[in-house]
Amino acid sequence: MIQIDELHKSYRMGSNSLHVLKGINLDIKEGEFVSIMGSSGSGKSTLLNIIGMLDEAEKGSYVLDGVPIKNLSEKKAAVYRNKFLGFIFQSFNLINYKNAMENVALPLYYQGLSRKLRKEKALYYLEKVGLADWAHHLPSELSGGQKQRVAIARALASEPKVLLADEPTGALDTQTSYEVMEFLQGINDEGKTILVVTHEHDIADMTKRIVKLKDGKIVEDKFVEQVRASQYV
Amino acid sequence: MFDLDRWLEIFQTINKNKLRTLLAGFTVTLGILIFTVLFGMGNGLKNTFYTFFQDDAQNTIFIYPGFATKPFKGFKENRRIEFKNEDLALLEEKFGDRIEFTTARISKGTTVKYKSEYGNYTVRAVHPEHQYLEKTIIDRGRFINENDIEKDTRVATIGRLVEKDLFGNENAVGKYFTLNKIVYRVVGVFSDEGGDREERNIYTPVSTTQLIYKNTDKIDQINLSYDMAIGANGARRLSRDIKKVLKDKHNIAPSDRNGIYVESVIEDLEQNLQLANVLQIIVFWIGLGTLFAGVIGISNIMVYIVKERTKELGIRKALGAKPSTVIGMILQETMVITMIFGYIGLLIGNFVLNSMGNKLEDWFITNPNVSQGTIIFATVILILSGLIAGYIPARRAARVKPIVALRDE
Repeated sequence: MIQIDELHKSYRMGSNSLHVLKGINLDIKEGEFVSIMGSSGSGKSTLLNIIGMLDEAEKGSYVLDGVPIKNLSEKKAAVYRNKFLGFIFQSFNLINYKNAMENVALPLYYQGLSRKLRKEKALYYLEKVGLADWAHHLPSELSGGQKQRVAIARALASEPKVLLADEPTGALDTQTSYEVMEFLQGINDEGKTILVVTHEHDIADMTKRIVKLKDGKIVEDKFVEQVRASQYV
Repeated sequence: MFDLDRWLEIFQTINKNKLRTLLAGFTVTLGILIFTVLFGMGNGLKNTFYTFFQDDAQNTIFIYPGFATKPFKGFKENRRIEFKNEDLALLEEKFGDRIEFTTARISKGTTVKYKSEYGNYTVRAVHPEHQYLEKTIIDRGRFINENDIEKDTRVATIGRLVEKDLFGNENAVGKYFTLNKIVYRVVGVFSDEGGDREERNIYTPVSTTQLIYKNTDKIDQINLSYDMAIGANGARRLSRDIKKVLKDKHNIAPSDRNGIYVESVIEDLEQNLQLANVLQIIVFWIGLGTLFAGVIGISNIMVYIVKERTKELGIRKALGAKPSTVIGMILQETMVITMIFGYIGLLIGNFVLNSMGNKLEDWFITNPNVSQGTIIFATVILILSGLIAGYIPARRAARVKPIVALRDE
């Protein structure tokens, strides 16, 4: 699903440049549940941004579902993001003046779906995360865990190939974190490829593969026995 | 091009952010309001000028005697110049081919009495052709005619309001009344588009008046109308020629500006309309400037709004919004706000103008209004304003990088 070869990225900070990714090789198959770990500054978020087409690599190749991602125009990047990827953020990033259903329906709007279909799909995915009753509530009326579940529903709504989650449990307490992970595991069980960036070991242990990053290089890449979140919930 | 979803999206953002929308729109409302009111008042001013000149035929020339202020050919300065019948005859003889109608006029304030009713009115002793020069409309009876002039008959054609004042509900035609204690017979009643003042005048034959008042042949002024075929330039030349002939006859220095006055309605009208046009152009630019200030205001607020919505725009982009979609959204939103608030300004402005009505007539503003053309023009200006106001913020919005916007801080 994702093939990354010799990926380099550096940021210019005034006169000196900061080499963030120093040759990343990563191959992720369909249906995998991967966590990328590392301390802050290890380059894990940069890697996720490049995979998410929010940022562009300098050197190396990145192929997503057979499509080489290189020199994309902003317009093309927007179309690919919409088609291939679902995003989940640490701070949820819901639009605060839209209710849960409208938030979930937003990527579908950019896909050009009819209003009726958007509503149907949005309700379906809200149901899936157990928030059908909260469809008409604004984000400010939801708890942190509920907000993240709305965000997950939104990420799923566009039926992406890959789900990208940047510290999805970073703003949540342990209990809620496990609930969110349980959802992600369920989605993965259905065959969806998921990539999670985290620095929490217990969260990483709930995925199937852990990739450790340090100073812009992969220092460890191992498949692990998945800890089911359901046992903590 | 109609996209219901886009509109719903825009109305949702506007609805959810009422205060800032209100703030953004206020300046535009104010701009258009000031524009409409000023422009309408400019039109009102023009209307007033038009009514001034509606009174008389547009090809009329008025000729008055004045004082000779320079010595000439042995004549002293500060001579009073007076017109006589022969002056009128001279003009008719010299310019007969260019002149349409002529009349002498002697105006006098006179006490007018009918039975127990009396009042003071201006009596104008004139020739029959005065009717066409003054555009007098005969309601009943007739105007002074040639027969009256020849026989010095004591007849009068009175204004509608003179009849109303003195005769009440009676029909004045055929009745006798007195002008300075001399009995006249009313032969006609007239009305005039020049307004109430004109309808309080009384016309008598010029010869009768000359006979009664000391048997002179003096006249106060000469009015004439030229043949329209000679055009505006021909009219100007005629004015000059008349002045020259009369100055010659009365021994006035050619350089003396005060001996003879020749006024041409069309020239006065042109001058006044020019003034009104200049005023309106000034007013137009002031209005446009105000509107532009409004546009800058809305643009500023939209830039701020885009900054405030950076995160939201970043989310939208991460979820698949194309730059063109974002530009379209911000541009359309700005235009909608500009249009809505602009039209509010237009409506208020129209309301203000309508409720003003003719209350400002004392300040030379009659029936201030804006024409349909101006409203269409204002609409085009509004659309353009929206585009201008939205352009910079929309471009900024399109440049929002989702990665920057979504960075957790």
